[in-house]
Amino acid sequence: MKVLVPVKRVIDYNVKPRVKMDGTGVDLANVKMSMNPFDEIAVEEAIRLKEKGVATEIVAVSIGEAKAQETLRTALAMGADRAILVVAEGDVEPLAVAKILKAIVDEEAPGLVILGKQAIDDDSNQTGQMLAALTGRPQGTFASKLEVAGDTVTVTREVDGGLETVSLKAPAIVTTDLRLNEPRYASLPNIMKAKSKPLAQKTPADYGVDTTPRLKTLNVSEPPKRTAGVKVADVDELVAKLKALGVAA
Amino acid sequence: MSVLVLVEHDNASVKDATLAAVTAAGKLGEVHALVAGAGAQAAADAAAKIAGVAKVLLADDAAYGHALAENVAPLVVDLMANYDAFVAPATSNGKNIAPRVAALLDVMQISDILSVESADTFTRPIYAGNAIAKVQSSDAKKVITVRGTAFEKAATDGGSASVEAVSGKGDAGLSSFVGAEISKSERPELTSAKIIVSGGRALQNSENFHTIIEPLADKLGAGVGASRAAVDAGYVPNDYQVGQTGKIVAPEVYIAVGISGAIQHLAGMKDSKTIIAINKDEDAPIFQVADIGLVGDLFKVVPELTSKL
Repeated sequence: MKVLVPVKRVIDYNVKPRVKMDGTGVDLANVKMSMNPFDEIAVEEAIRLKEKGVATEIVAVSIGEAKAQETLRTALAMGADRAILVVAEGDVEPLAVAKILKAIVDEEAPGLVILGKQAIDDDSNQTGQMLAALTGRPQGTFASKLEVAGDTVTVTREVDGGLETVSLKAPAIVTTDLRLNEPRYASLPNIMKAKSKPLAQKTPADYGVDTTPRLKTLNVSEPPKRTAGVKVADVDELVAKLKALGVAA
Repeated sequence: MSVLVLVEHDNASVKDATLAAVTAAGKLGEVHALVAGAGAQAAADAAAKIAGVAKVLLADDAAYGHALAENVAPLVVDLMANYDAFVAPATSNGKNIAPRVAALLDVMQISDILSVESADTFTRPIYAGNAIAKVQSSDAKKVITVRGTAFEKAATDGGSASVEAVSGKGDAGLSSFVGAEISKSERPELTSAKIIVSGGRALQNSENFHTIIEPLADKLGAGVGASRAAVDAGYVPNDYQVGQTGKIVAPEVYIAVGISGAIQHLAGMKDSKTIIAINKDEDAPIFQVADIGLVGDLFKVVPELTSKL
């Protein structure tokens, strides 16, 4: 089956984001950008399915500024077969992304779509579920294990109390949790090879999707700062502090 | 404005996360609670007693037994014809179901809200809690998930709502529940614990978690948490994980043992009232947010602390 893997270009997870002084957003100028970590896990899982002979072709998709092409090249270097870049200005909300992905799903007819469970910039955790809703397909969110047998997709999900396993009828939408796998690094020869793999450029208009945001960001501010604490010298002093807090008798 | 709140329950009782969602929903308008489940009458009765709930809708059907989004979302969408907003707790269930509802209603969801500024304006954390965005929704109907630690919990008694049975389309035939592996613990649940003792990679193995972290937690009546590093290394199951990608907690006291304090982890606990850090590296980032810090070897300090309490 064909596997579709949407990936997002986000601020690198090691970078501490800085809020702009004018409150319009987070400063992304000259900041290191990378593939969203959950999306790397999604690409890795798709490649493993191909290595097992389950997936026949892996198509990576990204929606965003022209530089998202670098993110797609990373996916191609990891092992995706071809890529589609939908160039859009400004922030595209999960609902609009889901609509564009739906149009691509209609066109490409993948047996499985694997997304990350959330992007580490907007922390929405919505796109996979929305895509499942729009396409009328079942969803296996927060997956820590994925098995495909015929047209049955079995997903073990990380839920609040532990793990839960669900069985989905393919075509299905799966979103990855951290423990699904350990993504591979792209080797230098594969990075070179990825440069010649096909990458199609599209726009939201090609899919008839309006990307006007439904949510208006009025202001972005720093979270309240914690006041500096004290260091205690030894355990006795810590015990006294705990008693003062009323947590120890 | 009328608001439908998704009740998180285990068929018998209502989970704490719902109580915070009811408080948030109450700021928008009249609150009705939806209990979808199989054999969930007791949970509906419990929901009817929550202060601030005006009516409980009970959808009792085998199809809703395991809260599969494919079955529950269409039910909610049908009911939303009579409501202006849908509010769910930001639990794994809420996060699974609410966006499916939002897309079917063609609205943008507002995830994990921290406050209600007005009927259409909310604040929510972005970039792992390193920034707070104030957003205004232009959608006619609002779909919202609520961060449980950001709102007071509604009282579990004092309400006297009526319970009304509703029915939906039932099983969508797309998915089925196979099984669950629920971690058993006698300790308080992480997201509602007043005190949490958390361990990091410095614990070195799962044995040390049992012999060092757990006795301290038991002495304090605390819940036990862990950093992502400790979970990835296999010291404890993943539902112990506190952080951006795990659970978000805000207890009275959070004791971080052998945790460096990566952005990912801080996103899950920096709203705790008092943070106590025990770490041998005095430059560890955790000390920048800790109210009380003790620089020392956890293998020596923690057993001493446990014995002196």
